[in-house]
Amino acid sequence: MTSSIAVEASRTPGVAAGGTGSRFIHHPWVGFSLRRLGGLVLSFVVLTVVTFLIVPLIPGDPAVIAAGDGASPAKIAGVRAELGLDLPMLTQFLNYVSGILRLDMGSSFVSGESVSTLIFTRFPFTAEIALLAIVLVLLISVPLGMTVAILTRGGRNKWLDHPFNFLTSLIYSVPQYVVGTLLVVVFAVTLRWLPAAGAASLNSLVLPTAALMLGPVCVISRIVRRETAVVLDKDYVRTARGWRLSALRTHARYVLPNLITTTLTLSGLILAAQLGGAVVIETVFAWPGLGQGIVNAILQRDYPVIRGIILVLGLLATLIIILVDLILAIIDPRNLGGTSSDV
Amino acid sequence: MSTGAGLLAALILIAIIAPLTMTQAAEQLTANAALGPSPEHWLGTDDFGRDLLSRALVATRLTLLMTAGAAAISVVAGVAIGLAIWLAGRRVREVALRVLETAVAYPSLIFALVIAAVLEPGVSSAVIAIGIAGIPGFARITANLASSVSSSEYVVTARLLGVSPVRIAARHMLPNMAEPLLILSATVFALSLVEISALSFIGLGVQSPQYDFGRLLNDSLGALYTQPVEAVGPSVMIALTGLSVMLIGDALAAQADPRAKRSFFRRSLQRDRTAGVPAGDTALVRAENLRISIPGGPQLVKNISLSIDPGEVVALVGESGSGKSLTAMAIAGLPSEDLAVEADMLRVGEMNMLASPDQSRLAKDISIVYQDPGTTFNPSLRMGSQLTEVLRTHLGMGGAKARQVIIDALANVNITQPAQRLRQHPHELSGGMRQRAMIAASIVTSPKLIVADEPTTALDVTVQTDVLRQFRRIHREQGTAMLFISHDLAVVEALCDTILVMKSGEIVERLTSAQLAARDVHHPYTKALLAAIPTLEPAPAPATAGAPTP
Repeated sequence: MTSSIAVEASRTPGVAAGGTGSRFIHHPWVGFSLRRLGGLVLSFVVLTVVTFLIVPLIPGDPAVIAAGDGASPAKIAGVRAELGLDLPMLTQFLNYVSGILRLDMGSSFVSGESVSTLIFTRFPFTAEIALLAIVLVLLISVPLGMTVAILTRGGRNKWLDHPFNFLTSLIYSVPQYVVGTLLVVVFAVTLRWLPAAGAASLNSLVLPTAALMLGPVCVISRIVRRETAVVLDKDYVRTARGWRLSALRTHARYVLPNLITTTLTLSGLILAAQLGGAVVIETVFAWPGLGQGIVNAILQRDYPVIRGIILVLGLLATLIIILVDLILAIIDPRNLGGTSSDV
Repeated sequence: MSTGAGLLAALILIAIIAPLTMTQAAEQLTANAALGPSPEHWLGTDDFGRDLLSRALVATRLTLLMTAGAAAISVVAGVAIGLAIWLAGRRVREVALRVLETAVAYPSLIFALVIAAVLEPGVSSAVIAIGIAGIPGFARITANLASSVSSSEYVVTARLLGVSPVRIAARHMLPNMAEPLLILSATVFALSLVEISALSFIGLGVQSPQYDFGRLLNDSLGALYTQPVEAVGPSVMIALTGLSVMLIGDALAAQADPRAKRSFFRRSLQRDRTAGVPAGDTALVRAENLRISIPGGPQLVKNISLSIDPGEVVALVGESGSGKSLTAMAIAGLPSEDLAVEADMLRVGEMNMLASPDQSRLAKDISIVYQDPGTTFNPSLRMGSQLTEVLRTHLGMGGAKARQVIIDALANVNITQPAQRLRQHPHELSGGMRQRAMIAASIVTSPKLIVADEPTTALDVTVQTDVLRQFRRIHREQGTAMLFISHDLAVVEALCDTILVMKSGEIVERLTSAQLAARDVHHPYTKALLAAIPTLEPAPAPATAGAPTP
């Protein structure tokens, strides 16, 4: 179900599917790059507008919030002028945009630290656990899903069906922050094997990464399994069997490459969604990344920091999607036409 | 289904009853602070002496209500927007889909954080934030479902009849989208649960003194070292709620997926890899009383016997479902895995096809040409690496040598620029070219038998002629035996020595090519097949339908 819907969803109706040679653009890579660049610019524009709007939309006066509790009216007026909140909305927006382009997103209401510096300090921590989790997820779930699919092909080994479905459902239905909390209870509090919080040593990486990857491993191995089952039914797999190729060769060359497209497309979306998971996981483990940063900022109503981090997380999500598209296009040039579907 | 539904029913029951009976224990401050688990307090008490089990159970109501609210916002608004996009004009639709595509790529939790940052934290803002964040995903799915349903025949017919688009959407499309939408609603519910609890967990959702699962988990985080059991209640409740919805979704999806119902049958293989060939039996292929059936189901091929001499071309002719392809694939040793194949004898050369003969010999001696050249090649590999597979794997040829052999073979079947074709992917070649490439690859091992399963059916008439010409040339030049499957007598007439006519799993007539040429046929089914051959002779009068062509 998941895969068919997603495959369905990845096909944009009305837009010519797989039209690599458009009338205007001759080389497929040119069109591909232009479209992806366009997507990036569009995301950037939307994100800029949305993050800008956060401040005008908040109930109450931002200047009062920025000035802090019990500030005098004179101080509030000073802060308002300093932040440019008394200027017309359009001017404020243009200032905001030019600030972003100069990597100057103001300073924190709370600490006075520059937002860019804050993001640069926090970003590596988030990238560290997110990248580690992504790599591990793909390394585990693709072989796992394929193995289960091959073992249960055509209704054999029925005993394997239930445990696989049940376990992956169970683990996936437990949110990452619950997994994280339970991991802390078991491995940090009870067994005292690993640190519960902070980013002091390499050991501190283990629990946050584990909490982040367990769910995706389950859902992606289910997708891989379903896709493998679909590919195993294809004529070209029968052709390979007709050539009497070994099982390993058949699966490595005739099955794997044909499920990687859908798998990566879906994984890209799932992994982009993991950025949301990372936000919460960082709170569990007091991990000093962007997620913890934005949660603190929202709780303290530190709007410049909120704006900055939302912008960065949004751009990261876009970049992940583009990266997946790029990998797909390199693997299989037919994907240059647009987001891929399975055929 | 029943497990998930039962679990959810129990949770709903808890949501109704617990707040009525347990509120006192859950919220009353007592002196029994931070107790461990005991018979009075199964999960112990928190720092304020409140019973933790009661708190976890009472929180079910608020959590379920919030989740249902958020899921309802996502689903209702998503369906409405999705349908509106489909109903809108082409231009609007393309832009809207593009925007949705971008929106879907964002982690909805981050989207929710933006909304939560603007609104004051609390129950309603959490519901609104998560609800809105879920809209783009559901709208996109609805729009895509709508577009696939809208191309179905009844919708096209309704549109041709002038039914208004809104009416088509309401009467024809929604009912047909209901099932997938329902399944996806379960997913949205599960997601909303996770995300609402996440908001509360990080302190941006439900605020004290109110509490939901997420809030409770957040409380437990501060006391993890002193009172680790505090995390158990909310963790288990979140997991159970998520699991119940997930199981319901899975069960609904499994019901909708016919593939799940297939059953497997373990074929009993004979032990002898070689078949004893009786003295005087010169046939290359011999099948005696071949039976193919669905285990526990109907027999599809009923006691067929046939033989193919070295160099003989035998045709199996009959309509779809007559069992001719099943027979051919059983002889080639590639029967579908869910079928039972039995016979008194089934051999190709000395290979016992009821056992598992040596794979290299199989690959070398039997070549197979399939029906649809559009799907028989792996779309992700270049032609060259596929066409040389057998040469490299089973004949131990090096890559360069194998390529040269294939290039020559391709040139032989009149494929232009063969070296360049090898660097192309299958989709870059035409159907006829792919089929000729398949034929070229099938003869490079000098097989004893070529099994051709309707090799011309999926091709244009002009291309058909050319492909048939290739088969004739191979037979003339190499004298390879062939088992040629077709539903068209005209196709086999010029090629085959012996024609076996199949109907409903049985051979109803055996003809020599001379008999067929003389139209010396007896079975009414064969006559009907003959009548189906279009003739190019100018008909003096309209032919009577069903009459045999003279």
